[in-house]
Amino acid sequence: MASIHLDNLHKVYAGGVQAVTGVSLDIKDGEMIVLVGPSGCGKSTLLRMVAGLETITSGTLKIGDRVVNNLEPAERDIAMVFQNYALYPHMTVFNNLAYGLKNRKFPSNEITRRVTEAAKMLEIDAFLDRKPRQLSGGQRQRVAMGRALVREPAAFLFDEPLSNLDAKLRVQMRVEIKQLQRRLGTTSLYVTHDQLEALTLADRLVVLNGGVIEQVGTPMEVYNKPASLFVAGFIGSPAMNMIPVEYLQAQGATLPEILPDETDLVGIRPDELSLNPPSDASLSVKGTLMLLEPAGAESHLYIHLEGSDQPIVMRVSGVPQMQEGQAIQMYTSVAALHPFNKASGRRTG
Amino acid sequence: MVENNRWGNLFAHLVLILGVAIVVFPVYVAVIASTHPSGTFLRGVMPLLPGPNALENYRTVIFEGRSRAGTPPIGGMLWNSFVMAMAITIGKLSISILSAFAIVYFRFPFRIFFFWVIFLTLMLPVEVRIVPTFEVVANLGMLNSFAGLSIPLIASATATFLFRQFFMTVPEELMEAARVDGAGPMKFFKDILLPLSITNIAALFVIMFIYGWNQYLWPLLITTEQEYYTIVMGIQRMVTGGDSEPLWHLVMATVTLAALPPILVILFMQRLFVKGLTETEK
Ligand SMILES: Nc1ncnc2c1ncn2[C@@H]1O[C@H](COP(=O)(O)OP(=O)(O)OP(=O)(O)O)[C@@H](O)[C@H]1O
Ligand SMILES: [Mg+2]
Repeated sequence: MASIHLDNLHKVYAGGVQAVTGVSLDIKDGEMIVLVGPSGCGKSTLLRMVAGLETITSGTLKIGDRVVNNLEPAERDIAMVFQNYALYPHMTVFNNLAYGLKNRKFPSNEITRRVTEAAKMLEIDAFLDRKPRQLSGGQRQRVAMGRALVREPAAFLFDEPLSNLDAKLRVQMRVEIKQLQRRLGTTSLYVTHDQLEALTLADRLVVLNGGVIEQVGTPMEVYNKPASLFVAGFIGSPAMNMIPVEYLQAQGATLPEILPDETDLVGIRPDELSLNPPSDASLSVKGTLMLLEPAGAESHLYIHLEGSDQPIVMRVSGVPQMQEGQAIQMYTSVAALHPFNKASGRRTG
Repeated sequence: MVENNRWGNLFAHLVLILGVAIVVFPVYVAVIASTHPSGTFLRGVMPLLPGPNALENYRTVIFEGRSRAGTPPIGGMLWNSFVMAMAITIGKLSISILSAFAIVYFRFPFRIFFFWVIFLTLMLPVEVRIVPTFEVVANLGMLNSFAGLSIPLIASATATFLFRQFFMTVPEELMEAARVDGAGPMKFFKDILLPLSITNIAALFVIMFIYGWNQYLWPLLITTEQEYYTIVMGIQRMVTGGDSEPLWHLVMATVTLAALPPILVILFMQRLFVKGLTETEK
């Protein structure tokens, strides 16, 4: 168990690709950090730098109190779960779990104890004699987890461990990973591009974009107070609506005084829009219903604002009795507005 | 396809049977010939039915050889061939798997250059470089020795190339997982790469063994002492040595015996690579 400190980490690949730029992050002991961001933003690169599978171009990486920049992965006391599981195909499940311990010269009774214990915890004890190819995807995933567990490392590193599973299994494994991590209290760094996975798993979320950290915070902080336009657009589904302040003013809407001066865009979450005026100070916008998209318990309304090419999405519960093409009046609470500056891309207040 | 099934089937079988017959016939003739007394062949007709002299002929080649023609009993030659073929096979496999390992898993200067150099040697089989190779081997005093018989044939671009191609299909994460699990490069090689390559090794073993076993020109050149004759040379000496007509019954008995070890190797390795084929599949 250990804390992990990333101090101004940079990664430039041979060939000049700048994959990670100036990432600093303090991960507390026992914390579950989720790295999230679009494809190619450098999540895997950052994780692999922590693992020791990629060299660190510059910056300092500490696990516990040790600077580990130049240590081999095996010396960093971490365990990693790979996206494609990377199980040793010719070894039985037992040997897959035991391999790391054998290499570390653990006595065989200790190996057996740890493997059996981990196998029981992950409910793979019935498969210990099988080879990986005789297992289902979900079971392989568990074996990969088991291989990390038995080592009892200072930190777990996960690189999109659930992305090869079907949707249902993914949810189930997500819950199990969370419970397991809570129970063991092992510091974890988890990479995903799935924002739902990120929001549900994380103690703290790190949103990466183009190799740079956009925001660090608890899932609720990130969701409720996105620090940049990028985060606002990336976290939350459907994505946050962005409306230029100019447009609102031209429509005659009265914007609250509290918005900082440099604000030229306001963001509104689809579920913060409603068809009835809220009790507190509110803002109203007019539009035309373009498309009504029922999605089970809720519906998404796509609304065209006159003179704007960006449709607005609104989320309501149930399926409202409305005709496509009808005029619509939407309301939102002033407190729910997210103010941004377009040029800097940052939140203004 | 449906109504023609019967005739199609029949035709397919005919073709197959014909193919088998063409392949098997010479072998059959050789085996049959090895069971006849020497007189049979003077008439210039190849017998197609077994003769009465099988035991006699095989006893002769195994225990007496053909001393007049300078051919020793066959046992020693079989052994020499076996040693040479094994040395070549094991040498080729170990060197090529290690060089492929180096080329695929390590970054060193001129890596690609070395790969192409190895690859280029494909264009230089023994026959092409036989004169300089002989010179080198003679200068090193390796004529009439097992070292001389096998070492010059050991380098193998083909096997290196095949292992390289195979290693490149092994997911990189496997190596990374092993690194995280505390396995150094050689441990990864021994514990993971080698077991995964077993199918390839078995298949190449068969090919290399037969290649080594069938070496003809090279042993003929560098061995002058009976002690180092190989079986393939022995057959050649039996046919051309001495003043009399070739003793076909003895030649054929030798040929039959000479074919046995490669067959055994194939049978033995086949179990391994069929097993490997069904097991490494993910
Ligand atoms: N070995 C490499 N050599 C050069 N560039 C690389 C290498 N690996 C990754 N990159 C580049 O670095 C950037 C970050 O890649 P990385 O794999 O970290 O992305 P990611 O966030 O994990 O994406 P994904 O969600 O698709 O897995 C990408 O632009 C990628 O092209
Ligand atoms: Mg990735």
